[in-house]
Amino acid sequence: MSSPETAAHSFTPAARAVPGFMPLFRSELLLALRRRADIANPLLFFVTVLALLPLGVGPEPELLARLAPGMIWVVALLATLLSQESLFRADFEDGSLEQLALTPQPLYFAVLAKVAVHWLVTGLPLALLSPLLGMMLNLPEGGYLSLLLSLLLGTASLSLIGAVGAALTVALRRAGLLLALIVMPLYVPVLIFGTGAVQAAVDGYAYGPQLAILAALLAGGTALAPLAAAGAIRISLDN
Amino acid sequence: MAWQWFHRLGSPRWFYQKTSAWMPWLALASVLLIGAGSVWGLGFAPEDAKQGNSYRIIYIHVPAAFLALAGYYIMAISGAIGLIWKMKLSFVVMRAAAPIGAVLTFIALFTGAVWGKPTWGTYWVWDARITSMLILLFLYIGVIALARAFSREQVADKACALLALVGTVNIPIIYKSVDWWFTLHQPATIKFTEKSSIDPSMFYPLLTMIIGFYCLYAWTLMAHTREKILQREWRTSWVQQLMRGKSMTESKAG
Amino acid sequence: MQFQFESLAAFLHMDGHGPFVWAAYAVTFVALAALAFQPRLQRRRLKRELERQQRIEARRRSVEAQRSRAAEPA
Repeated sequence: MSSPETAAHSFTPAARAVPGFMPLFRSELLLALRRRADIANPLLFFVTVLALLPLGVGPEPELLARLAPGMIWVVALLATLLSQESLFRADFEDGSLEQLALTPQPLYFAVLAKVAVHWLVTGLPLALLSPLLGMMLNLPEGGYLSLLLSLLLGTASLSLIGAVGAALTVALRRAGLLLALIVMPLYVPVLIFGTGAVQAAVDGYAYGPQLAILAALLAGGTALAPLAAAGAIRISLDN
Repeated sequence: MAWQWFHRLGSPRWFYQKTSAWMPWLALASVLLIGAGSVWGLGFAPEDAKQGNSYRIIYIHVPAAFLALAGYYIMAISGAIGLIWKMKLSFVVMRAAAPIGAVLTFIALFTGAVWGKPTWGTYWVWDARITSMLILLFLYIGVIALARAFSREQVADKACALLALVGTVNIPIIYKSVDWWFTLHQPATIKFTEKSSIDPSMFYPLLTMIIGFYCLYAWTLMAHTREKILQREWRTSWVQQLMRGKSMTESKAG
Repeated sequence: MQFQFESLAAFLHMDGHGPFVWAAYAVTFVALAALAFQPRLQRRRLKRELERQQRIEARRRSVEAQRSRAAEPA
């Protein structure tokens, strides 16, 4: 990890105002882009599970169209969740998380940088891929844009909420299922308004309000979730 | 002066000794109130005009549902007090509140389902309140599962307190969103009884049961907290003395 | 205020709703009783554990005492 002091010169004053964000963001992004499999796996999971759906419920186009918004959202949620277990894991094991917690920069921005990178390599590709899957599942055409937009906003919230769970369970050895257990109930509002937006669009109504609520959830999550995750990291480091 | 009291409250030993005197009275009050309320509600309250006798489940369903939600706030607030003032006792209360709240949530869900069968013809409907209760149960289970995963109690305490606080921020949002989701999907075939003012002859037994459940909750929370205190402090001399004294008197009696 | 049912059988039957009402009450009271008795079981387990510890401690002490006596020059 490059030290924040040396890298901070090259950034704009605005970036320097959030201490420790940009250098960490850049190095994390580079690291994430180098691990191609970690980017591909959630996407493959997303596509594979959705390909199983018609095999499970049958190929009738009307039925698939009826299920598509909810199923795409639920599977996107699961893909985000599964990729989140490793969010802090490597840094915890090699000790850099502890170093990060000891730097004078607030941990808040470090968590925010990690979550932003996580969203860029999982949530963003998932959202971009979703219209394709919508097409395969016979989602009415009116729903494509709302699916894309709601997933763009929603997966970011999911990444933020999941970061709290990942930070709470980072010190535990087999955290996967526990993480799912503690984080899933917190995902409920995002899921409801995400599918609500797509359903409204499919039915021909305005879906602006739902997107606005998703944006509000994202804003609230950005303010609070990294704080909680930073606290959870400090607790986990005590273990 | 006030702070001295506050710090003494944080001492598990002080709590244990202070509550010893309250426990029998709370137990008596809850048994009397719940006993009287059950008999009143089951046998003496008039039959509901629309739902018949199945409505008598309300006398346990509503108090359990009240306390299931209140219990989550009690758990989260004691967790927050523990995190802020590093109060040992507060964490113990939080850990004790989690299983109690989970059982009450389960009771609310179970009685709701059993009530649903004769009233709506089905055990389970995805009604807004039932769904919110189910999510509340998952929140409780998450806290309990997280507590069990840690080997060190102190870390488990803090982690659970944080999770409970995050859940508390979320609960109003979850309730509102589930409400909104339900109005969107409400099936036309299922009609819920509209809110009507409840008759005093039905309300007084309900009130008795609610107060009784609050007493029982307080008693159970105290009993669990006291047990956890003994488990955590078993090395201290006061616990050893207490346990030795107990076993001596019991062996004399037996 | 008066008893709403004509007989005990009618009270148990509750116009067909009896099984539901009684099942709800039974499960509730069983669950609440389990919660109420759990601390007592924990207390018993803790006491047994403490007694075991005391026995181990006593045995250790007696062995040490014997050993120190044996070590003393006669």
